[in-house]
Amino acid sequence: MSGLTNEEENAKLVQQARSAPAAGAKTSSTIISSSPYHGLWALTNRELKKWYKNPVILLLSLIQPVLWLGLFGKAMNFGAIFTEGGLNIPGLNIPKEVINQLGGMLMLNIFGTYDYFSFLAVGMLSFIIIFTAMFSGMSIVWDRRLGTLNKVMSTPVARGSIVMSKVISSVMRSLVQAAIVLVLAILLGMDTSHMSLLGVIGTFASLALLSFGFSAVFLMLALRSTNQNTQMAVVNLLNLPLLFGSNALFPANLMPEWLQAFVRVNPISYATDIGRQLLLGAGGMSSLAFDFAYLGAFAAVFSIVGILLSWRLLTK
Amino acid sequence: MQIRDLKRVFNGSVVAVGGVTFDVYEGEIFGFLGPNGAGKTTTISMLTTLLRPTSGTATVCGFDILKEPNEVRKRIGVVPQEYTADEDLTGYENIMFCADLYGIPRRISRERADELLKLVELESAKDRKVETYSGGMRRRLELACGLINHPRVLFLDEPTLGLDVQTRAAVWEYIRRLKEEYGMTLFLTTHYLEEADSLCDRIAIIDHGKIVRIGSPRDLKDSLGGDVIELGVQGAEDDLAQLISSVQHVKEVKRVAPSEYRIKSELGEVTAPMIIDALRSKGYRVSKISLTRPTLDQVYLELTGRSIREENGDRTQAMRQRMIMRRARM
Ligand SMILES: Nc1ncnc2c1ncn2[C@@H]1O[C@H](COP(=O)(O)OP(=O)(O)OP(=O)(O)O)[C@@H](O)[C@H]1O
Ligand SMILES: [Mg+2]
Repeated sequence: MSGLTNEEENAKLVQQARSAPAAGAKTSSTIISSSPYHGLWALTNRELKKWYKNPVILLLSLIQPVLWLGLFGKAMNFGAIFTEGGLNIPGLNIPKEVINQLGGMLMLNIFGTYDYFSFLAVGMLSFIIIFTAMFSGMSIVWDRRLGTLNKVMSTPVARGSIVMSKVISSVMRSLVQAAIVLVLAILLGMDTSHMSLLGVIGTFASLALLSFGFSAVFLMLALRSTNQNTQMAVVNLLNLPLLFGSNALFPANLMPEWLQAFVRVNPISYATDIGRQLLLGAGGMSSLAFDFAYLGAFAAVFSIVGILLSWRLLTK
Repeated sequence: MQIRDLKRVFNGSVVAVGGVTFDVYEGEIFGFLGPNGAGKTTTISMLTTLLRPTSGTATVCGFDILKEPNEVRKRIGVVPQEYTADEDLTGYENIMFCADLYGIPRRISRERADELLKLVELESAKDRKVETYSGGMRRRLELACGLINHPRVLFLDEPTLGLDVQTRAAVWEYIRRLKEEYGMTLFLTTHYLEEADSLCDRIAIIDHGKIVRIGSPRDLKDSLGGDVIELGVQGAEDDLAQLISSVQHVKEVKRVAPSEYRIKSELGEVTAPMIIDALRSKGYRVSKISLTRPTLDQVYLELTGRSIREENGDRTQAMRQRMIMRRARM
């Protein structure tokens, strides 16, 4: 700014300021919408803008699931173990066709599909959802640190909108990412023989519910936090157990009893279960209806708790 | 705006604001002065409904901050101590974001955003990301954001912190103009006393969470009751306060350092030579002397002791302060 604004320019500025509708001041309170949702879209839009304007973040967030897909999915070729190459026991003269058929049956029994890659690809869809949800918690910590949160809270925006906007933007972000992961997986050789449009839509609906619930959970954990390191530690602590304690990477029925119990309450398992049934035509852990009901309840309960907590915790 | 016995205690023991009571009249510029950690920001946070008071209450624009916080929020604008604009967005997007938070219809908010960007001279930079802005530009953007809802009361927490002389002058110019144009009430804190002196209609000086004096700059200066003589005595270890106060017209003597004194007196120009004589007759040599008519600085020093105070605040506060400075430099 030039502090040396000359007289002329100054006069112009004053003129402009004058022409401003001074009456606006009097009517200001009346034009402000009293809808409790008016800030929701503004806040969501801001989050999304920050995201799509910075494609590097999008790319970085895709690297991990894609690496896992490539490394685990392709390297752990469980299918090969159960074919003639793997099941070649000397002395026993089992015909090739029998071995291959047996192997196929085994794979189908254990993973519900003929190749591990497809099995894992569905798990990776849930993985990216959890990953994004964790970072939505981080963003509220940043907003608090930088004072943005205070600024927002000094406006008539409903407190619940602050949390909901983060949840919604996280859901939208993670669905886009999941779509990209799915496309990449298909390009890398995921089994598409059972896929249908309806199946894909159903899968994404379940992912949306999963994202809704987990974003709300991680935001709640972050509501009171002022330190991004603490938040990071919490995220890291929950990250792997949540993932490994589900059927995303490995079938649950081969796990020890206690772990299976955990898998059964872990919402990730239900989203993955839906995905495998709808995308791969695999036999499920439970019925589709039950899966959806479980995820729906999970999403509903935690977003309601999140909104209630935000009323209490955001104002200190 | 009426503030009644407003009090805030942190963590059960840190008394940030220890019960303040005052009124701010409609249309005035009210200055809130005090050393670091005096409780200024805490008071503003309570009045802007960000912090719940431990006890006491206040009304802003006739609405109770506890019972009808949303009505208060609709009518106030806040320019916080920190830079809160989103760095990843442009100046224009930031303003529109603020407008949307108030639910102002697009048609009106576009018009206002243009008008405000013009006002704070950010028109040419409005489509640049805020991360490329200088400290002064950020400040002005904050100002514009705080005005988007045409508030009845605008809260400014150290609006000129970290700005150069020109930008500071310009910011005050905007503030003055705003008051004239929109007739709004301004509640601000600052550490620049000359500014407060020339701008504010009334000033409250707060220290340790208590209001120590309140009134117009004129009243405050008058309340000092006379001129101030500052005196240095060479090599004197003894307390000379007794001796000095025996001089005619001297009203009060304070020993501010082992060999330095601050003396309040009427008719300073007459008293000063008399003090020098009195000291000399006892064998002391005056090494330096200065005579000042009261300024707000002196009122402030008088009431709060030292001019700069080490912040004894907690770590978060210090961190935040550092962050502000880091960002201000960028
Ligand atoms: N969240 C908090 N938790 C604990 N103590 C706090 C908190 N916020 C402020 N305080 C303390 O309350 C006191 C008043 O702080 P406040 O920020 O209101 O001071 P201030 O007058 O605005 O100072 P400055 O001029 O440095 O901005 C300080 O001692 C500070 O450490
Ligand atoms: Mg402060």
